[in-house]
Amino acid sequence: MNALVRLFSRPWIWSWGAAFVIWFATIMVTGGASTLGLTQAALTFAAFSIIVGLGQMFVITLGPGNIDLSVPATMTLAGTVALKFMNVENGMILPGLAVAVLIGVAVGIGNYALIKALRIPPIIATLSMSFIVQSAAIWTNRGLRIKPPSFLADFTTSATLGVPNLALVALALSLLSWLVLEKTVYGRWISAIGQSMPAARMAGIPVDGVRFITYVFCAVLAALAGYLLACFSGGAALNMGSEYLLMSIAVVVIGGTAVAGGDSNVPGIWGASLFMFLVVSMLNTYGLGAGIRLIMTGLIIISVILLAGGRKPGAR
Amino acid sequence: MMVHSRKAVIEVADARVSFGAVKALDGATLAIMPGECVGLVGHNGAGKSTIVSVINGGLTPHEGTLSGDGEPLARYGVNAARAMGVRCVFQELSLCPNLTVAENTRLMHRRIGGFGWRSRACAVIEESLDAVFPGHRIAGDRTVGELSIAERQMVEIAMAFSDAGVAPRLVILDEPTSSLDASLAEQMLAHVRRFVAAGGAVILISHILGEILSTADRIVVMKDGRIVADRPADAFSENSLVETMGSVVRQEGARGRSQDFSGAPPVLEWTGGGLPFRARRGEVVGLAGLAGHGQTAMLMRLHAANSSDWLPRRDPAVTFVAGDRRLNGVFELWSILRNFSIASLGDLSRLGLVRSDREGVRGADWRKRIEIRTPDMENRILSLSGGNQQKVLFARALATRAPVVLMDDPMRGVDVGTKQEVYEIVRQEAAGGRTFVWYSTEMEEVCLCDRVYVFREGAIVAELAGDAVSEDNILAASFERGAA
Amino acid sequence: MIRRSPADFIRLLIPALSLAVLLAAVFWLQPRAMSYVGINLLFNLAVPIALATVAQMFIMAVNDLDLSMGTFVSFVACVTATFLRDAPLVGVVILAGSVLVYAALGVVIHLRNLPSIVVTLGMSFVWAGLAVLLLPAPGGQAPDWVRALMTMKPPLVPIAIVAAVVIAVVAHVIVMRLSLGVLIRGVGGNERSVERAGWSIVAARAAAYGLAGLFAVLAGIALVGLTTSADANIALRYTLLSIAGVILGGGEFIGGRISPVGAVIGALTLTLAGSFLSFLRISPDWQIGAQGAILILVLALRLVFNRVEKRGHGR
Repeated sequence: MNALVRLFSRPWIWSWGAAFVIWFATIMVTGGASTLGLTQAALTFAAFSIIVGLGQMFVITLGPGNIDLSVPATMTLAGTVALKFMNVENGMILPGLAVAVLIGVAVGIGNYALIKALRIPPIIATLSMSFIVQSAAIWTNRGLRIKPPSFLADFTTSATLGVPNLALVALALSLLSWLVLEKTVYGRWISAIGQSMPAARMAGIPVDGVRFITYVFCAVLAALAGYLLACFSGGAALNMGSEYLLMSIAVVVIGGTAVAGGDSNVPGIWGASLFMFLVVSMLNTYGLGAGIRLIMTGLIIISVILLAGGRKPGAR
Repeated sequence: MMVHSRKAVIEVADARVSFGAVKALDGATLAIMPGECVGLVGHNGAGKSTIVSVINGGLTPHEGTLSGDGEPLARYGVNAARAMGVRCVFQELSLCPNLTVAENTRLMHRRIGGFGWRSRACAVIEESLDAVFPGHRIAGDRTVGELSIAERQMVEIAMAFSDAGVAPRLVILDEPTSSLDASLAEQMLAHVRRFVAAGGAVILISHILGEILSTADRIVVMKDGRIVADRPADAFSENSLVETMGSVVRQEGARGRSQDFSGAPPVLEWTGGGLPFRARRGEVVGLAGLAGHGQTAMLMRLHAANSSDWLPRRDPAVTFVAGDRRLNGVFELWSILRNFSIASLGDLSRLGLVRSDREGVRGADWRKRIEIRTPDMENRILSLSGGNQQKVLFARALATRAPVVLMDDPMRGVDVGTKQEVYEIVRQEAAGGRTFVWYSTEMEEVCLCDRVYVFREGAIVAELAGDAVSEDNILAASFERGAA
Repeated sequence: MIRRSPADFIRLLIPALSLAVLLAAVFWLQPRAMSYVGINLLFNLAVPIALATVAQMFIMAVNDLDLSMGTFVSFVACVTATFLRDAPLVGVVILAGSVLVYAALGVVIHLRNLPSIVVTLGMSFVWAGLAVLLLPAPGGQAPDWVRALMTMKPPLVPIAIVAAVVIAVVAHVIVMRLSLGVLIRGVGGNERSVERAGWSIVAARAAAYGLAGLFAVLAGIALVGLTTSADANIALRYTLLSIAGVILGGGEFIGGRISPVGAVIGALTLTLAGSFLSFLRISPDWQIGAQGAILILVLALRLVFNRVEKRGHGR
């Protein structure tokens, strides 16, 4: 009984519950015929939101006002450049990955440099940065659609023991993030900064260093997601990241991470990402359009934030 | 000058206010008559700001009554106070820096409104500025943010004396001259005298005793939430005022050690305006003076100069105990244990991973040592009482290896028992070679220090050591006196 | 004439100068643009952007941010191209209702102390969904009177310029001359002392959000007047453009420091920057990037300027 109460006090249980209900409802309509297919599709597509959501979660944990709007542009640039660099050769897979990660690092450095040097809120700094990154992506893309190396294309679209490889990658990254947040000194520091920046500074935490690393980490995860998404969809497209701007924030909020900062939640990201995909497929199954889905998503985000409430005065 | 047959503008009778264990007002009775200027003096925590809050409607006393013009005031609040003509100039800025002087006037006076309010607001404030500070050269369309600090304060004062529908009857001036130069201060005080002569009432709070003595008709001295003296101004001199403020000396703060540290190596030094600051190994250095005269800023500077915002330090040079727990001390989402260990994670981790076994052991250790009253260190920090939260913050700082501990008035609002326990720990740690820089607003704590720097107007104005650390000397240095 | 304090004046000077320089550069590159038709073409699209920027400005005045501006303007465009034309009464009711929703958002955000970024993010999904429901595919048609209004040809000065001036003057009167505007900016500047003076902060915030909704509705209508038809994604860029416009025009994120005239100039500058870059033959690839660079440049200039100003004040 007590364990049950404790279980329900976990913020992530709600997103998992919702995802399961919708999964079940969709299965019921199709009479159980598509159970495996639906589950696999959900895991595959959720993997991308999970990876970008993890990065965004780190940033949002830093406290009110911290948000990274350069995620979609970084995804696009990393995907485009990496594919171009690999040039359909299997031997170049690892160097291509390194290039994607380097792009993430560069964008992250740029983001924090703007935040710090111009003393502007992260939202406008990452926004200006994303304009430049997006342009760089358009410039390198040139409308060419380069295919991913065959091995990578196979890897991203197939499954191991019935579990999509992409979901396995997302799982590995999630475990890593969870470890970092829960077990390391750095994880403690992020949470402390998110709860109170002045208190963190007075407790001797190197505030700027931690925030810097966090923005870089978020950009690297976005770059990684872009790399995988480009390989999965058989080539990079200029608008491939756009969906993930709002998605990355939405899965963090729905997943139970505190918007006011300081409290992050890795399992919640999974629940929320699966949920977001399953809502789409359920509404498709029921023959309802994108409009209803969008409205529902919005209402869910608002109800979550209303229920969670604003914790700190002065939080935006 | 005093017309006793007239009724008091505001009368506070036997008001009591307490915040937790602290009695901020302990039965204070004060009547302000029309046509008098009352000087209000007292050291930190004497209850000056509390009684001011009661009078301006910001705070309802837990016990006691308020009456205005002889009538009891049942529902008294900020708006009722304004309607009665009670105005207040606060120490903090209460103007909107992004608006012009006239626009601020519009917001402060709800009655200026309708078409053409701008010119009317301009006229109201400029008229008042002309009256208080002749030749001020502040135009009503200047943005407050671009005014100098002195000019802002002039606007605040003029705003309090301005008349737009409701005439000011009682103006409370809390350290009104802190940013004004001598001639502006004299202009303001002259206006206060004119205002009082015309039948208005003023409460004047200032750390410059000369101002009080020359301007006030009556001086009220507060101490420990009580009014200890209430006499006509000419019955006081600067010396007798200082003596009265300190007259209820509690003799418990027996001076512990009287050691000579001049041979010990200095661990912290700072030179700014005023006397240079220096702290030696094993020394307990006190920062004293009236609150808000630069002590916290000094601690922040010392902390910033000895810590890095970019790279973690293997060996921290300083550690900090917060006074404002909510602002820069406690991490509200966390357990007691995490709040305790955050500053010493470097010692409790390997390869960046926190070793929770060692963290737990260290936590249990300090819980016993400093007696944090909780069944479980995993409980939320907010489940503790304020005093115990403060102990956690102490343990956090003391558990680091930093040789210098900076303390920002950490004992504010803490019960007596906890205080004694902490004093004992400070003594032990200092004997072990640690240096403490301790800002305190409580006299008995300052008297525990080996050496004390007294602050006034952002700078160190006095250094007291050994037997010279006494309440009289600190009070004398905290208040500016004409013949220093 | 309006007396302005020097800081406000200089605050306007940077955006005005950048607009002038940009305009001179465009004329130099493309002398044919220096005509009635040319100027109208250059600034036509600036009208809805200017309206959206003024809307965003009201939100930023109370230290909040609206991330749903783009989807809301798109939604309004869809309503205008369908209901407002076919059933004007229903259309007006819908638009008035959405302004009320904006005001209600202000109330909820204030009472529950919510982060405006997340609430408006959620709303952006809602508006987008409603827009998709109205117009699943691009279509609809602008009401004739809207079309007529936006394609008017007044003598001497093109309609785009007339509209920009009217928007600037109206916004200026509301924000700088009315007591309500002072109250809204006061909430941004020092909420505590405004409350202490006896004003209702909830009402002020609701008013700011309501005004933002109103101007955003006008932006949507104006946009359809120019494009003649609508689609659900027609104005997605407006979220970022409106924020950038406020900033370019000398506004700030916190502290209630905003300038309505500056915001309109900022919107004009942003619109012109696009044309300028294409006249420069900068490949369209880099146009977005150049906008980002301009934004960074202006913010850097402002920082330098603030430093200098502060040093002048350091007494």
